[in-house]
Amino acid sequence: MITLYHYLFLSFILFLIGVAGVLLRRNIIIVLMSLELIFNSVNISLAAFSYYLQTLTGTVFVVFNITVAAAEVAIGLAILVAVFRRRQTVYVDELDEMRG
Amino acid sequence: MIPLSSLNISFASIMPEMLLTGLALLVLVLDLFIREEKSVLGYVSVIGLIALIPVSARTIEAKASFGGMVMADEFAAYFNVIFIIAAIFTILISMDYLKKMNVRRGEYYHIILFSTVGMMVMASANDLVTLYVGLELMAMSFYILVAYRIASARSVEGGLKYFVLGALSSGILLYGISFTYGASGSTNLSEIARQLGGFQNPFLILGIVLITVGFGFKVAAFPFHVWTPDVYEGAPTPVTALLSIGSKAASFAAFMRVFMVAFPAFHAQWGEILWMLSAATMIFGSVVAIAQKNIVRMLAYSSIAHAGIIMMGLLVYNDLGAGGVLYYLLVYAFMNMGAFAIVALFRNDRIGESISDYSGLASRRPVLSFLMALFLLSLAGIPPTGGFAAKFFVFSAAIDARYYWLAAIGVVTTAISLFFYAKVIFYMYMREPDGEAVMPESGVLYNVVLLVTAFGTVFLGIYPTPFIDMAIKAVKPLLM
Repeated sequence: MITLYHYLFLSFILFLIGVAGVLLRRNIIIVLMSLELIFNSVNISLAAFSYYLQTLTGTVFVVFNITVAAAEVAIGLAILVAVFRRRQTVYVDELDEMRG
Repeated sequence: MIPLSSLNISFASIMPEMLLTGLALLVLVLDLFIREEKSVLGYVSVIGLIALIPVSARTIEAKASFGGMVMADEFAAYFNVIFIIAAIFTILISMDYLKKMNVRRGEYYHIILFSTVGMMVMASANDLVTLYVGLELMAMSFYILVAYRIASARSVEGGLKYFVLGALSSGILLYGISFTYGASGSTNLSEIARQLGGFQNPFLILGIVLITVGFGFKVAAFPFHVWTPDVYEGAPTPVTALLSIGSKAASFAAFMRVFMVAFPAFHAQWGEILWMLSAATMIFGSVVAIAQKNIVRMLAYSSIAHAGIIMMGLLVYNDLGAGGVLYYLLVYAFMNMGAFAIVALFRNDRIGESISDYSGLASRRPVLSFLMALFLLSLAGIPPTGGFAAKFFVFSAAIDARYYWLAAIGVVTTAISLFFYAKVIFYMYMREPDGEAVMPESGVLYNVVLLVTAFGTVFLGIYPTPFIDMAIKAVKPLLM
């Protein structure tokens, strides 16, 4: 029997992996992938709550999230291309124009 | 089945948002036909925004519309006016700045208008879904605006940093929202308060903590401020001004509405979290700002310190404190915009960055130096400027609610902050000019912005009563 807590645990693990990926990985492409993981972990948790509570709000929210996340990643990749043209690198720690 | 009439579909309540969206689309279409002189688009945007001020100040409905999604009350109207004022000033200083930086693309104005729409949606959102969509609209517009000077390595780098940390904070906020939804079974703010009652549940506490972290990122509170200095430095200076005023004000609007409408029964818990955040933010912001040599980075840390003081008004949770937040943000819009306008005028690719470039400015540009000194003293909270009235208001609210320690930390950090603001004034008036850094002539647009912001800064300081009354009246319904 799969309960609400199984889904929440899955979403929590995905969320942690995502946050760790954003904070620890050097490659920006992997950082972007980790961001997607965070958004999808939230979607799992919203969908699970929605089913458990038998209300549709959570499911509707998931649709909004997917749309917003698609727009977000488009902007992220555009900025990444701009950075790559300027600096010829995709590694976060080589982006150190500003210090202080 | 819910009858359609109970949803209260009232297009009048979202009129400012709809009109501003229309204006933004008009600017986008005009951009196709105007090939050379892109600043025409700026004038169109400014005229449209000025016409929008009375509309948004009058759009007040006491009842939630669209099935409880939107609440166009006086609170939203007060914030909408702040956003529109900030957007007008930003566009006015952008026109000359973009020419100076050789950026000739018209979507800039379009994106600024859309970020303003996002802020307005956030201020009037009465549902976590609406709030999130508004927040993302604003944040995504800012990701693009920060990276707008694609020829500059610093601008795109700032954009990337802002994007990664902004998206991370949105993810954390969303995770908090999902737990709040799980604990209460609704995303509507007043419905959440009704469902929860005073009943504590582990999901809810997790939700409150994660939502605090998400908003903490957006308002640049202490442990979540890391993006602020780099993004402020890299972004085009007018965008920095809008980011520090509009984005902060919109995030505080949403912050206040969520915590005061949805979680009033848990003030003891979130009040404690915000107490620590507020104290740490004030201390960190004002201490680190002292060491800064770059004026934009100094203003970035100063904006972090201001976020701490504004948060104090939010956490004391009475009408004086919450009204103080609104009044503070109004004053902040004028004084910070004035300071950034002068920085934008002075700054180009090589000079105008470092505080020592301001040496001897008073002998070459006496009026500009005087205005810069006025804005900085207002930021520091010296009477008779608006900054003093706003700080006084928030601190007295904190003392009124018996937050003596927090108020004491606020006063001490304000005294510390005087040190780094006065450093710039010292350089301008006491040092000899060092030859190379010459401030360009301010054009008509800059003069208008500087005059209006200076007038606003002083006027709000000597005659604050009507604005404070309006602010208190606007927050009353939230405190029920």
